[in-house]
Amino acid sequence: MHALIEIAGLTKRFGGFTAVDGVSFTLARGEVLGFLGPNGAGKSTTMKMLAGFVTPTSGSAHINGHDVQNDAVAARRDLGFLPEGAPVYPEMTVAGFLRFIARVRGYHGGEARDRVDQALALATLDGVRHLPVETLSKGFKRRVGLAQALLHDPPVLVLDEPTDGLDPNQKFEVRALITRMAPDKAIIISTHILEEVEAVCSRAMIIAAGRVVADATPGELARRHPSGRLEEVFRALTRPAAEAA
Amino acid sequence: MRATLAIAWREFAGYFATPVAWVFIVIFLALQGTLTFSVGGFFERDQADLLPFFQFLPWVFVLLVPAITMRLWAEERRLGTIELLLTLPVSQGQAVVGKFLAAWAFTVIALALTFPFVITVNVLGSPDNGMIAAGYIGAVLIAGCFLALGAAASALTKNQVIAFVLGVALSFIFAASAFPVVTDFLSHNLPVLATIARKLSLVDRFETFTRGLIAARDVIYLVSFMVFWLVANTVILEHRKAD
Repeated sequence: MHALIEIAGLTKRFGGFTAVDGVSFTLARGEVLGFLGPNGAGKSTTMKMLAGFVTPTSGSAHINGHDVQNDAVAARRDLGFLPEGAPVYPEMTVAGFLRFIARVRGYHGGEARDRVDQALALATLDGVRHLPVETLSKGFKRRVGLAQALLHDPPVLVLDEPTDGLDPNQKFEVRALITRMAPDKAIIISTHILEEVEAVCSRAMIIAAGRVVADATPGELARRHPSGRLEEVFRALTRPAAEAA
Repeated sequence: MRATLAIAWREFAGYFATPVAWVFIVIFLALQGTLTFSVGGFFERDQADLLPFFQFLPWVFVLLVPAITMRLWAEERRLGTIELLLTLPVSQGQAVVGKFLAAWAFTVIALALTFPFVITVNVLGSPDNGMIAAGYIGAVLIAGCFLALGAAASALTKNQVIAFVLGVALSFIFAASAFPVVTDFLSHNLPVLATIARKLSLVDRFETFTRGLIAARDVIYLVSFMVFWLVANTVILEHRKAD
């Protein structure tokens, strides 16, 4: 199968500190990868390198066959990225912000309007479309970030903590949305919520101290501990690394 | 191109989303008015030209243009939106040019609002309007130079105050490099640098315009100056975007 995401030996050092250490994997259409790991394990840095925002110290990353460093603009065209903390320009209205994204992505006229309307509907933002982003609650802001990532219906989605700050109903909706989109896309989500991985991911990867320490289906991973609970596996795999650091 | 214009338009609208734009325009016009009429002796000179107006303009730019550019990158960095902007399918050069164009358009509007000076001088006498037009063209060009400089300074930091102070300092260096104090000091100690300093000065170039002369070498110098700092801005961004 054609891999939509290919990462090979991706490494990032900040001075003497190695944030990401030789991470390699491929992701095909239809797969949803859950990125797990303690804070500071290198999840966000890996995602930033995939989006071409952080330059890797070594290694390479491809999105839909485009190198994220040497063919950055083409790679980003096929990527929907929700950055850490879901940053959005605070003074813009929700619809104004999405219109800006649509324009930068090359849509205009009626097509731009359709894309914005679709994204608003997908993220259930219709009721707040004319409000400035700065007046919205954390959950709404996160969904504006999500709408922005989905606007161009990209084959690859990289979402850094898409459900952080959402209430249980909103979490449910976003998970359902991800599951609906999954067959046509390759999706990476990072999360601290382990049941989310079991709910939406076809594959789970645990990262600790910049290295991949586990990569399996959530079910397989959970069976690695006698209790059969993902939480126990997570603790067993990441605690020694956290203590050593 | 379309993406560059989309970025420029968002940035331009951003100026007017807060009172900053209006505060800036009012202060700019008040300062130019005071300097032209009181300090410049516009009426006492009894001459139908805008030389007192143009004489102070570069120095007002040194002080105020960095206030336009300080937010361009520092604010993106502080909000984290820089990560969003630079992961859209645009090159860093496009983002730099888009923001620069927005700041330039805003400055041109502020400059256009000085039209009452032109009307006043035309009512009171018969000035050489070609000379005034040349002065305005020069003003637009050196404004672009100070903007490019200020934008590059803004890319260095996430603190707008630092971006502003750095922008003023850099602008002052390129404005004042032809001052007698500077060139005398240099010609006594480092004669080679004295010539270079005089050539680098934006104010000297601008004065040629205000005398009604649009020389190709001045236009080329000012445009190259802008391009140089826009490239510097892109390089700074490439190296420091994720810091």
